[in-house]
Amino acid sequence: MSALRFAAVAALLGVALAPTAAQAHRSWLAPSATVLSGAQPWVTVDGAVSNTLFYADHVPMRLEGVKAVGPDGAPVAIQNGATGKYRSTFDVQLANPGTYKIANVSESAMASYKQGGETKRWRGPVGQLTTALPKDATEVQVTYSSRRVETFVTAGAPNTTALKAEGKGLELEPITHPNDLVASEKARFRLLSDGKPAAGVEVEIVLGGVRYREKGPELKVTTGADGVFEVTWPEAGLWWLEATVQGADASGARKSSGYVATLEVLPD
Amino acid sequence: MRVKPSWTLFAAASGLAAAPAAANAAELSVSVEIPRLSVAEYHRPYVALWIENADQAAVKTLAVWYDIKLKNNEGNTWLKDMRQWWRKAGRSLTMPADGISGPTKAPGKHQVTFSGAQVAGLAPGQYALVVEASREVGGREVVRVPFTWPPKGPARPAQAAGTAELGAVVVTAKP
Repeated sequence: MSALRFAAVAALLGVALAPTAAQAHRSWLAPSATVLSGAQPWVTVDGAVSNTLFYADHVPMRLEGVKAVGPDGAPVAIQNGATGKYRSTFDVQLANPGTYKIANVSESAMASYKQGGETKRWRGPVGQLTTALPKDATEVQVTYSSRRVETFVTAGAPNTTALKAEGKGLELEPITHPNDLVASEKARFRLLSDGKPAAGVEVEIVLGGVRYREKGPELKVTTGADGVFEVTWPEAGLWWLEATVQGADASGARKSSGYVATLEVLPD
Repeated sequence: MRVKPSWTLFAAASGLAAAPAAANAAELSVSVEIPRLSVAEYHRPYVALWIENADQAAVKTLAVWYDIKLKNNEGNTWLKDMRQWWRKAGRSLTMPADGISGPTKAPGKHQVTFSGAQVAGLAPGQYALVVEASREVGGREVVRVPFTWPPKGPARPAQAAGTAELGAVVVTAKP
């Protein structure tokens, strides 16, 4: 989402609610393959924010926040990154067997306040919040927003080290391995909010390639008390999954956390 | 791809009484037909043969026919295209593997026999011999043929056939 568009949407809503804007524009990372064999294979990944999954038709994903974690939990280099008009692209070499998590994690703060009777807004990095607001600001309402856009790829046999949750924002804790998905088998995942089960959250699951269909398939499932949700895949394909939670922290600041994953479901 | 279990059992016409034999004297004989295809760009398929138990879990990989002679084991790059085998067994193996890896086969019928020693460790029960073929610039197909191990009585060939990438697969468990 461009800064300008965000500002426009935020202005319309009065407060910054990133997930609301994201319903129209979907962020995604689309890997060239998710299940690989052979020695040290590569994947090339597209990243974009678009209306149609997975066609780059709006704005590219910025690569500053994109990171990869390898099968041993250590960071893996993002290579050959480039940002075009509609999409960004980069490569990841899977130098060791196992599962890699590729994620774009972003955090920002938004504040609305009054200064001399006039309502003003500010948006920027969380760390700048305290210095960004004028000293005479009143009625300060802060919204912290975090967003995580992920995908997973595996060379050889899958493992789970890279899947470990960080305990921050909204995250997916796989029960079914995300690179072990086939159309005939149900998959189960747990949604975590700041490391704790996120109960009663609606998860939207959309199949890519909508350009060639009238609609969908789109699924909506709700997490249970333990944060777990189950997906019965109507068909194989590249699926996009999104959930958002909103709340407030102890200080009264609003919190908005979004999670997106691209998951490949293979035919039997 | 869903595979219909449409097999035919042939009662062996042999009148000879089969002598009781120890399981390690028994053998599993498999005939795999790779169809001749009239396509602009033909590459021999990668083929995996493995044994599944009644839960359709892979218990033993018997053979994998692929490009074993490419430099730097580059043939391994496409092993994952035999998707079912890769998910159930291949991704946990180190390839090439002695006694399993073999070169790709030309169109025609290929007879392979696995000795009792090669299938050692199979608990008595119902199994399926599974063949999966995946062809570059082509399709993929899986054929399952049931058999009982250890074999008892006269050898009874069981057969199933693919419709595109595989022809007849005949499995004979011989005491």
